[in-house]
Amino acid sequence: MNWWDLLTSLVTDHTVRTVALGTATLGAVSGVLGAFAVLRRQSLLGDALSHAALPGVALAYMLTGAKTPLVLMLGAGLTGFLAIGLFFIITRNTRIKEDASLGIVLSSFFGVGLLLLTFLQRNPDARQAGLNTFLFGQAAALLTRDVVTMAVFGGLALLVVALLWKEFKLLSFDKDFGSSLGLPTRGLDLLLTSLLVVAIVLGLQAVGVVLMSAMIVAPGAAARQWTDDLARMALLSAFFGALAGVSGALISSLGSGLSTGPVIVLCASAIVLFSLLLAPNRGLAWNAWRNWRNRNRLRTEAVLLDLYRMSAQHSDPTEPHPVSALAAVTGAAALRRSLQTLQTRGLVRPGQNNWWALTTQGLAEAQRMEAALAHKEAQ
Amino acid sequence: MEEQLAVQISDLTVAYQEKAVLWDVDLDVPQGILMAIVGPNGAGKTTLLKATLGLLPTAAGQVAIFGKPYVEQRRLVGYVPQRGSVDWDFPTSVLDVVMMGNYGKLGWVRRPGPTERKAAEAALEKVGMSDYAQRQISQLSGGQQQRTFLARALVQDAQIYFMDEPFQGVDATTERAIVELLKELRAAGKTVLAVHHDLQTVPEYFDWVTLLNVRRIASGPVAEVFTEDNLRATYGGRVSFLSAARKEAA
Repeated sequence: MNWWDLLTSLVTDHTVRTVALGTATLGAVSGVLGAFAVLRRQSLLGDALSHAALPGVALAYMLTGAKTPLVLMLGAGLTGFLAIGLFFIITRNTRIKEDASLGIVLSSFFGVGLLLLTFLQRNPDARQAGLNTFLFGQAAALLTRDVVTMAVFGGLALLVVALLWKEFKLLSFDKDFGSSLGLPTRGLDLLLTSLLVVAIVLGLQAVGVVLMSAMIVAPGAAARQWTDDLARMALLSAFFGALAGVSGALISSLGSGLSTGPVIVLCASAIVLFSLLLAPNRGLAWNAWRNWRNRNRLRTEAVLLDLYRMSAQHSDPTEPHPVSALAAVTGAAALRRSLQTLQTRGLVRPGQNNWWALTTQGLAEAQRMEAALAHKEAQ
Repeated sequence: MEEQLAVQISDLTVAYQEKAVLWDVDLDVPQGILMAIVGPNGAGKTTLLKATLGLLPTAAGQVAIFGKPYVEQRRLVGYVPQRGSVDWDFPTSVLDVVMMGNYGKLGWVRRPGPTERKAAEAALEKVGMSDYAQRQISQLSGGQQQRTFLARALVQDAQIYFMDEPFQGVDATTERAIVELLKELRAAGKTVLAVHHDLQTVPEYFDWVTLLNVRRIASGPVAEVFTEDNLRATYGGRVSFLSAARKEAA
């Protein structure tokens, strides 16, 4: 199958379409809520919550014997909420700090989940129920019914975010100020975290408990690189999440036995890497270029000022001077580049034997710079 | 009839894990004054503001704003938190932050509109930040951050302002701007309580002062209360530099 076939299968193949719609939905929902989680420094909470969902899945199956994802997801959601409750109780009532209590909650819930899962694996019925796909995700197992469920719950979560946009924004930026205005910040905090649980639970079937937290963190972290506006960040994060979901699901459908979760997460990581490197303003490549440009600019200005100071000792300041003395400080190659830059700007002109002179324009510019420096020092 | 107190705090006690941070603090703040709250590090100055605003659980005590409990009088109170208490890399603009001062009046779900925008722009004008309205907040200097927070509080259009170290780490321009703003607020009949660090400027910037070190040491007009004895009682032995400052101020 080539890439074109793969893309057209999005439209023509019912199964592929269902899987793509499902993973796009989960990506978009976890993207928006992940944007808030990243800004509120709750990435670890996302990790703990997704691991805490595993015992819920197993327990829901044990208690009801049902294999329908809705029931299993409800179970996952319940233990997720239980985990949040435990986390809040531990941090409020003991001296254990947030990161440690998250670690405690994560490992103990996940441990119970694994225990139940291995126990259930002995039972052939349970093996058939595909509970172990909840570990690493199996998007191919998504049915139309599941996608509808995801769309309804995800849509509701996004609707709440849209309605309470300004409240959530204030909560994330300045909680104390929000409380002073009378906002019930504790309740809002709990609500936003609960919506995060919804987003995580929606992704469990396709991505799995182990890697779901990446779908919370990665799109938000990538989106933050590209914009300085919360609304745009949330939209972009939704887009990145959906993109990672769809491309991951498609790629994993190429090989048999490829778990979807890891592939989706790798796609999300690629988006993060790309954003970290190349985003304007915040990207590493951008920073390196800006540093290089600043260094050049400063060096060029320094060369101009040096020439000016040399010329100040003579009656005609626009007479040429030997610049070999400057090369000792700046380095010959860098000095030549700086002089060339200055020449194209009409500030210096070459004389004989690698002697250089200020032009009248260059003299004026140097005087202006010197005055600006003196002014700065005076302040 | 005696004029009603802007803020009346009685028996306020706050404890973190059995250690008292504030102990039985009484404080009467008349209307229309600028009050500095001073004290050494760990004296509970910030805690006093936060507990008054209901941001911290209190072990005991009551707070009345114009004679009624704080929760009924929120709209009359403006708050300027410590500049360092938020993440200035948050993806938002100066104007957006200032607009947050409107959120209390707006109520649930409703979005800020043109009226709120105008109020925010007017407040930015007052603190000399009009040119920075669209600026991303991570690009601000410390002084500009402080002025942004002050503008947000002005938008609240409150009667009483609680400010947590408004002068902390700001440049000379901002310091002058804040002093002007404080005077304007007083002229408009507003009351200001500000946590303040620089003892030397207390007599110049404020007309009342509260000396705090877990307990309230003294509170009243600067001329009466800001004495070497009281300062010594507040700061313990570490006041040798104070007497020099006092002489300079006098």
